[in-house]
Amino acid sequence: MRAGWKTMMTGAAVLAMTTSLAKAADVEVLHWWTSGGEAAAVGVLKDNLAAGGTGWVDMPVAGGGGEAAMTALRARVTAGDAPTAVQMLGFDILDWAGEGALADLTATATAEGWDKVVPAALQQFSTSDGKWVAAPVNVHSTNWVWINKAALDATGLAAPTTWEELVAVLDKMKENGITPLGHGGQPWQEATVFDGIVLSLGGDFYKAAFVDLDPAALGGEQMAEAFNRLITLRSYVDDNFSGRDWNLASAMVINGEAGMQMMGDWAKGEFLKAGKVPGTDFVCIRFPGTQGSVTFNSDQFAMFNQADAGKQDAQVNMAKAIMDPAFQSAFNVVKGSVPARTDVSNEAFDDCGKKGMADLAEANTAGTLYGSMAHGHAAPASVKNATYDVITAAFNGEYADGATAAAALAEAVAAAQ
Amino acid sequence: MTASTAPDFRTRLQDWLPKLVLAPSFAVTILFVYGFIGFTVLLSFTGSKMLPRFDWVGWENYEKLWALPAWNTAIVNIAIFASLYIVICTAVGLMLAIFLDQKIRGEGVLRPIYLYPMALSFIVTGTAWKWFLDPGIGLEKVMHLWGWESFSFNWIKDSDMAIYTIVIAAVWQTSGFVMAMFLAGLRGIDNEILKAAQIDGASNWQLYRRIVIPLLRPAFLSAFVILSHLAIKSYDLVVALTGGGPGRATEMPATFMYSYTFTRNQMGIGASSAVIMLMTIAAIMVPYLYAELKEKK
Amino acid sequence: MAAVIQDTAVSTGRVTRVLIYLLLLLFALFYLLPLYVMGINSVKPLAEITGGNMMALPEVWTLDPWRSAWSTAQIGVEPTGLKPYFLNSILMVVPAVAISTIVGALNGYVLTKWRFRGDTWVFGLMLFSCFIPFQIVLIPMAVVLGKLGLAGSVPGLVLVHVVYGIGFTTLYFRNYYAAFPTELVRAAQIDGAGFFQIFWRILLPVSGPIAVVSVIWQFTNIWNDFLFGASFGGTSQPMTVALNNLVQSSTGVKEYNVHFAGAILAALPTLIVYIVAGRYFVRGLMAGSVKG
Repeated sequence: MRAGWKTMMTGAAVLAMTTSLAKAADVEVLHWWTSGGEAAAVGVLKDNLAAGGTGWVDMPVAGGGGEAAMTALRARVTAGDAPTAVQMLGFDILDWAGEGALADLTATATAEGWDKVVPAALQQFSTSDGKWVAAPVNVHSTNWVWINKAALDATGLAAPTTWEELVAVLDKMKENGITPLGHGGQPWQEATVFDGIVLSLGGDFYKAAFVDLDPAALGGEQMAEAFNRLITLRSYVDDNFSGRDWNLASAMVINGEAGMQMMGDWAKGEFLKAGKVPGTDFVCIRFPGTQGSVTFNSDQFAMFNQADAGKQDAQVNMAKAIMDPAFQSAFNVVKGSVPARTDVSNEAFDDCGKKGMADLAEANTAGTLYGSMAHGHAAPASVKNATYDVITAAFNGEYADGATAAAALAEAVAAAQ
Repeated sequence: MTASTAPDFRTRLQDWLPKLVLAPSFAVTILFVYGFIGFTVLLSFTGSKMLPRFDWVGWENYEKLWALPAWNTAIVNIAIFASLYIVICTAVGLMLAIFLDQKIRGEGVLRPIYLYPMALSFIVTGTAWKWFLDPGIGLEKVMHLWGWESFSFNWIKDSDMAIYTIVIAAVWQTSGFVMAMFLAGLRGIDNEILKAAQIDGASNWQLYRRIVIPLLRPAFLSAFVILSHLAIKSYDLVVALTGGGPGRATEMPATFMYSYTFTRNQMGIGASSAVIMLMTIAAIMVPYLYAELKEKK
Repeated sequence: MAAVIQDTAVSTGRVTRVLIYLLLLLFALFYLLPLYVMGINSVKPLAEITGGNMMALPEVWTLDPWRSAWSTAQIGVEPTGLKPYFLNSILMVVPAVAISTIVGALNGYVLTKWRFRGDTWVFGLMLFSCFIPFQIVLIPMAVVLGKLGLAGSVPGLVLVHVVYGIGFTTLYFRNYYAAFPTELVRAAQIDGAGFFQIFWRILLPVSGPIAVVSVIWQFTNIWNDFLFGASFGGTSQPMTVALNNLVQSSTGVKEYNVHFAGAILAALPTLIVYIVAGRYFVRGLMAGSVKG
């Protein structure tokens, strides 16, 4: 009887061990890449992991650029049931690291030499207290302008490189009877445009205002000028802009209804999907006046603390797979972004992609690679959203002039800190 | 001995059984409703940012909250929204119920048509509504295509009018449900009373105004309670239709609370706004419940 | 049934009747409009939607969006369509509705037929759970589910929905049973019937109408929930979360026709419940809740 009991116990223990081993090889991934192209891109990662024996348990939660996923994540962590890996942006990573919730990837990072290939500006978000806590997948740059080639040709002007030239082109497009600027009235879209405007007034100013949150820069004359420019841009947008999704604004540029759109590099996917060819049907330029500088946001995978050794191994496998140059190329070709490693071959990328990679490398060396305020890579969420409030209000004509808006911005940022 | 204690035990069990049956529900309510409310109140006095933290900051969050222009917008909006929504829903619901009660042919078809919106969440109908209200693709464009060039319906793009589009969609969703409540009330009224009044020469209008509507008082109260709590809770609706825009013109307490708690990492302020919401709900519900429950005793 | 089509004593003139019919039809159109927009655009090719009139009938009819939404659309990393999530929702909804309705019925029974000191207080306190905004309870609920070991599981979701559903179901059943003659219960008691016997033999057989109201209410609320599903669903996410993933992709091409087809698919069970049980719904409301 006793012996039987004992064998049963050992049997159960063995069983428990094997099941935990089987489970240990899986990574449970919380992410919000659910549209066709994006999901296909993550599929590459899943397949690469499967080849190495690491299973993938999918937990997608889309909505609001990851907002819904972050809410779900908070519930999971509070319940003591954190997913093994989570797609994250900018300051969210640092906030979670600050809570002590993230696993340390430093050993893997050192062995693989990540610090030599990942731009310093990105490392700022992948590391916390000198420890690697996340593996960056891509770099999106946000200061792009997408122009309908035919509409541009009709103006008889060249692609603008300064604010004045931009205004000239927009005026001409207006004369030609189209909506000059295709824009969607959602706070993050307006903030994306505003990022470009502020950056066009100088990289140092951008950094002082949005990264260092210097009250003098936030409320000063240059910021007033930036808001004036934003208000000027509003006059080139059709009346029906508010609430419009960004992809519908892209569609307006694609079918010639609008002349251009100021949007991050993900807009390219819309153009390509519509069968448009870069250089022939549409032109991609940096926001006029920001050539040589790049505002970025970067999707990274943060690993949450796990007690189970098998899960920790799976996390290491996943981090390695993410940083694999072949994966970084394959993923970003599909996604429209550029690799987070600077040593990836640009062979598989199209013209805009190659330009993006060259710009990133150049900005990295020149020290003009800045985190995007609009996309949570310049300041924490509370500050980001406070700037959204003011920018959107300014775009919707709630301030008399730029100076009033700038004063409101300085005040809102101070209140949010 | 045993013979006398056994029935005693049984009766005692019978005495306790009802309370035992009710106890789990009650316990669960105490923990999951009042415990959590207590937790929220506690949070509202802490400097919690991303996750709950228990560093006492006193009334700071409340001071910050009332200084935020967006919170004031939310308060104004909920006042406009709730009053219009409750009044219109009740009026439409009552009207439809009265009309449907006139021996209408095809009632069996119409009733589910009026009722079905309540079955759908705005996650499902949000896009359709957004399209419909968008002047570029929705009603306005359709009217233009059909030749009515001067037709204009751009409320959703107008900071001052956007809140009314939310009222329209909300009325669409719940007025059928209110109709069902009134219809049930109407069908419960004794026809003899009406016949007697008719013999006395009352017109239809007088009949409804003097007799029927007063008799529907319980239905009015139920409708009011359901509508007011739906109004205060309305979240999906706003997110689906306007996302709080244009600008932040359609911010509501529920969207405000969610964004500060979960996306702006200012959980303390979010919790303080939640407390204000709960107090408002309590201010509406407690007198109602008190009156209702007292009456029945 | 007779009660539902019971005639009113009010009679109306011909002109008034025409006006009434017109108005009723107008409102029917208003209510049907979003469903029409969704339906009509779910059978159009994408090109016709982006280029054309939202209200127009399709030039080319296609069922591809429906097929795609059901079985091949990209929801997460796998192109599974909504199909697998449908089962998740069913597994969550059925027990949650059943448990909350049974518990509500028992509670209503106790609160009306076995009254005790302070029972109205108990009921009043329980009723407040109907009015709590769900965003508030998310974080503390996560703590509790974590402690119970139910986080990220179907039983956890069922628990959450039962907890916030019993307020409503108790309300419905209490008001319904309040109208039921207590003398019958007392008589049965004198005959020696026990607590559960009385419930089973006397109350339950007449509970049909109110059970329908309770089931409809709970079914739609739970089926449509997104917040709890996304937060506590773990890997068995319900249909609404999948639909949201389908519709809300952040930086991808939006296939509106597939979105609409998916939306209708996700709404189908609740729609069917409303259409099939709609008539009993009014009867149930009549029998109970509004008389309260």
